[in-house]
Amino acid sequence: MAKYILILMGGVLVNNYVLQQFLGICPFLGVSKKVNQASGMGLAVIFVMLFATLATWPIYTYVLVPNNLAYLQTIVFILVIAALVQLVEIILKKFLPSLFKALGVYLPLITTNCAVLGVTLNNISDGYNFLESIVSSLGVGVGFLLAMVLFAGVRSRIENCPAPKSFKGLPVTLISASIVALAFFGFSGIVENIVARFM
Amino acid sequence: MNKENKLSIILRGIITENPVLILVLGTCPTLATTANVISAFSMGLAATVVLICSNIVISALRKIIPDTVRIPCYIVIIAGFVTAVQMLLQAYLPAIYDMLGVYLALIVVNCIILGRAEMYARKNNVINSALDGIGMGIGFLVALLAMATIREVFGNGSFAGLAIPFMENFRIPILTQAPGGFLVFGLVIAAMNKITAKKGGVKRKSFSCEGCPTAHICNQNGSCPTNEANKEEK
Repeated sequence: MAKYILILMGGVLVNNYVLQQFLGICPFLGVSKKVNQASGMGLAVIFVMLFATLATWPIYTYVLVPNNLAYLQTIVFILVIAALVQLVEIILKKFLPSLFKALGVYLPLITTNCAVLGVTLNNISDGYNFLESIVSSLGVGVGFLLAMVLFAGVRSRIENCPAPKSFKGLPVTLISASIVALAFFGFSGIVENIVARFM
Repeated sequence: MNKENKLSIILRGIITENPVLILVLGTCPTLATTANVISAFSMGLAATVVLICSNIVISALRKIIPDTVRIPCYIVIIAGFVTAVQMLLQAYLPAIYDMLGVYLALIVVNCIILGRAEMYARKNNVINSALDGIGMGIGFLVALLAMATIREVFGNGSFAGLAIPFMENFRIPILTQAPGGFLVFGLVIAAMNKITAKKGGVKRKSFSCEGCPTAHICNQNGSCPTNEANKEEK
């Protein structure tokens, strides 16, 4: 149990994909102007990450490895993710139109989101089993959502600040992202101690 | 398009349409692999090789690939070259393979490569596409090296692993960590803004549908959340 909590909290706080590992920066900078958009994007990413892990882990373990095709993982994973995003879009449109309305616009942006491909590849290279992979994807997804929402909050205040002319727009956004990343720095080492205390 | 000066195709990628500093594409590897010069250089080189090869193949196949399924086709071509580069590095330069880690595989989803395929290679002949790949690749490499030089010299007091006598004693270690990446990138872009503003200013095309590699799979026609947020700003 402690192991799973450690993986989960590691994904959310310590190894936050956006702020510590620089994965998924494009949506982080692009779709973080408003808190509701940021949370929509974050939820869509959690959704796709979970499904991607559900699909890629068994494919890698039961199809690629037995046939000595492990070197094809990059190609196979990106195709599976691209197909999956389309499939999720079609299914949502048909059966859950209200959810589609909330997440639909964000889904196509996720195909080329490196955080999704990154988490599936990392699950394999970290040697996680199926359940651990799912937990790790959930943690990473929640971490992404957290970073997006926190940063959208920070950003809504920055928009009105009188920044120097050459800093307007992207530079001031990046510098505030740096400060948010600095805050997340404080979490390193803290999770292990908390889990050790409760277990 | 064919009459376009060959040299200007290359120079455009390096200066006026620099993929990282002007178009703001491929931010993930720009931030992640620039903690030291060696990894930035290898990342830039690997991406350049993939970009040139994929541009050539996509341009050669531009009349065969059906329009409706072109993105999956491009992704397969790019992923094929990325896998080849991965295997070559793993075999001959394992130290660099380990250093780049997951970011090497993530060249597949690098917006620069898919973006150039979509914006340039599918509309132009093989030679021009190859030159465009070289220009954009060098532009990417130069931007990565600039970032990495700043981060390594000030953060670690060294250049490409070699210690610099005076800087060594006044290190700012945070620059080699995650927050430093965002900070240096922000400062470099601000500096670019300052320089280009003097020369009349460069129109930044970032985050518009034009520069978005996923623009045609998403049938939003400019109403995507990124674009809307941009409009509101204006």
